[in-house]
Amino acid sequence: MKKKIMSRAQIRAIVMLGVALACAPADAHLNATGMGPIYDGLMHFVTSPEDLVPALALALLAGLRGAPYGRRAMFMLPAAWLLGSLAGLSSAVASAGTLGAALWFLLLGGLVVADAKLSLRSLTALCALLGIFHGYLNGTGMGFSAQAIVATLGLAAAAFVMVVIVAALVVQLRAHWARIAVRVGGSWIAASGVLMLGWSIRGS
Amino acid sequence: MTPTPKHRSIFVITMITALWAQSALGHILQREAYGFVTGFLHPISGADHVLAMVAVGLWGAQLGAPAIWVLPVAFPLVMAMGGMLGFLGMPLPGVEYGIAASAIVLGAAVAFELRPSLVIAALVVGCFAIFHGHAHGTELPAGQSALLYSMGFVVATGGLHAIGIGIGTAHRRPWGRRLLRVAGTVVAAGGAFFMWKALA
Repeated sequence: MKKKIMSRAQIRAIVMLGVALACAPADAHLNATGMGPIYDGLMHFVTSPEDLVPALALALLAGLRGAPYGRRAMFMLPAAWLLGSLAGLSSAVASAGTLGAALWFLLLGGLVVADAKLSLRSLTALCALLGIFHGYLNGTGMGFSAQAIVATLGLAAAAFVMVVIVAALVVQLRAHWARIAVRVGGSWIAASGVLMLGWSIRGS
Repeated sequence: MTPTPKHRSIFVITMITALWAQSALGHILQREAYGFVTGFLHPISGADHVLAMVAVGLWGAQLGAPAIWVLPVAFPLVMAMGGMLGFLGMPLPGVEYGIAASAIVLGAAVAFELRPSLVIAALVVGCFAIFHGHAHGTELPAGQSALLYSMGFVVATGGLHAIGIGIGTAHRRPWGRRLLRVAGTVVAAGGAFFMWKALA
């Protein structure tokens, strides 16, 4: 009896079919991989001026002081934000959010206006306090869950990217007018803080 | 059933009505996002505000450093104090007169190239800023985010100062000095018009 030999094309077809059937799900959508909440955290940071603006002010301040300050803020703020938000996940809802944020606007905006000559330690302390305060408030709003833990990574990542970009842009400014423009920006932040303070007093 | 002309008319009217529908905006929080835009448009949409803000920039440019940046820094900070009074519902008498007077005085300062000390200039600008801030603060529309509204009008105010400073850089040229004095006169005249309107 003559053996039936498969042609090369048939063999290829079988191999391709096998490969096609054996492939794992692509997990193209972040919901399937569990990475979706990262973007929730990122977007929360980007779309919440109460969080974004104080971090922006800190990045401006670090940039005005120079590269070592920028490098310190770049790692310290996101780390503190992450710690704060993880701590906040299992805590009760805090109520001093608006007032606290207003005070941060005032403090950091004022420091930028004054082009305050802070020591590296002082800036580190500011980063830690700001990150822990705002991170904690973010955490209390999310509640404890696996997704919330992933979202805290998104928050920290957003803070990191923002500080890196803004501080790097300001560090390389040499023109006098450009540094003045940054300080004027600080006055806008402080002014918004005064208004926010009024609003929080009215609310309470 | 064969469609009759009456059916067609009903269909056309229904389609037009359906396509014409606007957003319901049933959830008031949706209006929060407008806060920044509303705040940003507030100083720009009032010519009295525009004249005074631009005049601050013009005067700062005329006075030179450090007034060129001290005045635009002092103005929003003190304006925010006025805005806070407005948010808190504290009345400030004669707000419209104060705003009109700011355009008259600042315009005159530019027209006559007044050169007071930095402290006096900052005090003059700061006093008038309270009236502008109060007007912004009392006119926050219901349901909008106060923070975004505040940020909007602070940024718009700063932008108008920047325009004034930009125009004021013409001061370095001989023809520019004359131009600035004319601009100051126009601002003061505009202020006088708004004062007349407020008094009428």
